[in-house]
Amino acid sequence: MLLLGAYHGINPGMGWLFAVALGMQQGSARGVWRALPPIGLGHALAVGVVLLAAGLAQLVVPLGLLKATVASILLGFGVYRLWRHRHPRYGGMRVGFRDLTTWSFLMASAHGAGFMVLPFVIRMSNDVKAVDAAMPSHTGHMTAAASAGTGSILLGLHTLSYLAVTGLAAWIVYRWLGLALLRTAWFNLDLLWAAVLAVTGAVVLLS
Amino acid sequence: MPLLKPDPTFYPSPKMAMQSPPEKLSYLALINSKKDDRPDAIAVVDLDPDSASYGKLVGSVDMTKPGDELHHFGWNACSSCLCPYAPHPHMERRYLIVPGINTSRIHVLDTKPDPKNPKVVKVIEPEVLAERTGYAAPHTVHCGPDGIYVSALGAPSGDGPGGTLVMDPETFEIKGKWEIDRGPQQLAYDVWWHLGLDTMVTSTWGTPNMVKAGVNPELLLAGKYGNKLHFWNLRKRRHVQQLELGAEQQMALELRPAHDPAKAYGFLGVVLSLKDLSSSIWVWYREDGKNGSNGKWGIKKIIEIPATPADPAKLPPLLQGFKAEPPLVTDINLSLDDRYLYVSCWGSGEFIQYDVSDPFNPKKSSSIRLGGIVNRSVHPAKPKQALNGGPQMVEISRDGKRVYFSNGLYTPWDDQFYPDGVRGWVAKVDVTEKGMKIDSKFFLEVEGMRTHQMRLEGGDASSDSFCYS
Repeated sequence: MLLLGAYHGINPGMGWLFAVALGMQQGSARGVWRALPPIGLGHALAVGVVLLAAGLAQLVVPLGLLKATVASILLGFGVYRLWRHRHPRYGGMRVGFRDLTTWSFLMASAHGAGFMVLPFVIRMSNDVKAVDAAMPSHTGHMTAAASAGTGSILLGLHTLSYLAVTGLAAWIVYRWLGLALLRTAWFNLDLLWAAVLAVTGAVVLLS
Repeated sequence: MPLLKPDPTFYPSPKMAMQSPPEKLSYLALINSKKDDRPDAIAVVDLDPDSASYGKLVGSVDMTKPGDELHHFGWNACSSCLCPYAPHPHMERRYLIVPGINTSRIHVLDTKPDPKNPKVVKVIEPEVLAERTGYAAPHTVHCGPDGIYVSALGAPSGDGPGGTLVMDPETFEIKGKWEIDRGPQQLAYDVWWHLGLDTMVTSTWGTPNMVKAGVNPELLLAGKYGNKLHFWNLRKRRHVQQLELGAEQQMALELRPAHDPAKAYGFLGVVLSLKDLSSSIWVWYREDGKNGSNGKWGIKKIIEIPATPADPAKLPPLLQGFKAEPPLVTDINLSLDDRYLYVSCWGSGEFIQYDVSDPFNPKKSSSIRLGGIVNRSVHPAKPKQALNGGPQMVEISRDGKRVYFSNGLYTPWDDQFYPDGVRGWVAKVDVTEKGMKIDSKFFLEVEGMRTHQMRLEGGDASSDSFCYS
């Protein structure tokens, strides 16, 4: 979860570049820091919504079916993004807290950030369930609560790690490296990202 | 297939774009003014001074049908792909979007694998354009952060309103009309923006019916051509403000916003004042001096170029009654450092460089002459051959050291001001701290075709927009 958060954070299109741009626009490092909370919040919301939906689905759908569904979505979405790269049309250069939160939410959602995290959360809550099963004193209700608790902790970890990397990248580029870096170092992470989505889907399907 | 690294012709800021290598070739719109079956073309000009074919045509591709009247074509992608809110840096600057204002047909050309032999890869027919947008006569193309923006002069009936339409930058499908609320805007011409301010600006010429048969003296004297500037919220796609230049001003054409996204001003060229046939340059600016997302815009005339008294015998019939040669500023262009504004006087043949470091106090820093209604000034490459037409479409290299210009305006208008028929040529000046100097080795003449917009390889001073200072 931590690694995934860092991976999401390092992608320029996921937030740090926007924070740098706003810092430059305002001519101060405060602009960079001010951009981080809404960008983090939007990202957490995007991942959280997917986790919540999956958590609720878990209550009514057998785990095997859920896993297969998630895996198919990942595979399909990843393959689609390998050949077609669309962006949500939202945002501009004059943005406030709400705009940035919405933008980050849309960017993370459109890139399938939540779905990328999902297989790991399902596996973990699966483990939690296994522990539950081993201790018969726990009720089913408690299991759901435990699962929600695990989900929240994972979401928190993911977001923290995402924010740390986003903030660090923004600061280093703003303070030291400068934007010329974009011309050479901006590897096509979206392509890699799509591949990761597809591979994760395939692995979950086959496992 | 997207690239793995950003397109090397994309630059985060105009300052960085000025470090780019010199262009080696250019794409040039050629217009067939004869009413025969030959279509218009996009030609390729060799700009490499070390090449044997320097200043000559080295390739060309015909459009699919005759009569397009090609105007301000542009790239599918440019530096705006690096903007932080919609980054897609792995697009390629590869396709030229070429609009025909007379037929409303749009051609898409692929400049790869051989940049000297572009190929037509898609044609958008006028019916499709009309059905999807309600517009006709597409005129100016700009690559935006989230799509390709195209201005259009009017509706399929030939009347107004004109406006802006959006094209998908990957599939080149026409997505639709851009405006959600056009307010009082009716006439259209140029479109550009201040990306740093989420603000779009549009200018005003005339509807297709007002321009396609030449300048209409009745409409002109009644002040019916465009004399307004429109400001829009780029995100909300809504009209926010209209600026009026005054009833005597006619044809508010070229828009050149400062390239630096932190600067909130830009320049507008106006062709004609009914009062004295002068042309003028205006600067628009934020009235409160702040560069935030709100605030009113103002506009001020900063340059007036007067008409010159002339012997009626040397003037075309349209102008004989006035006994004067109007300068006719039909195009302007701003260097990437926002320092020099180049102004084409298509009527008098003068080509002027202004230092606009202080946009409110421009200084005329250099000037040359080629062609012109009265003077017919010669090019040093052919000192005995009187030239017609005058400096018109201007393009500046990214480093600001070379400026190219062609001499064709718009076929039906060319013939009114140069009744002997404009013979197509392209010239170039070199720019140093001392000013402009005509390159005597570069003089391209095109037999039987008129020359219009040029696009330089890798981008130029009117192809890209930037989100970082």
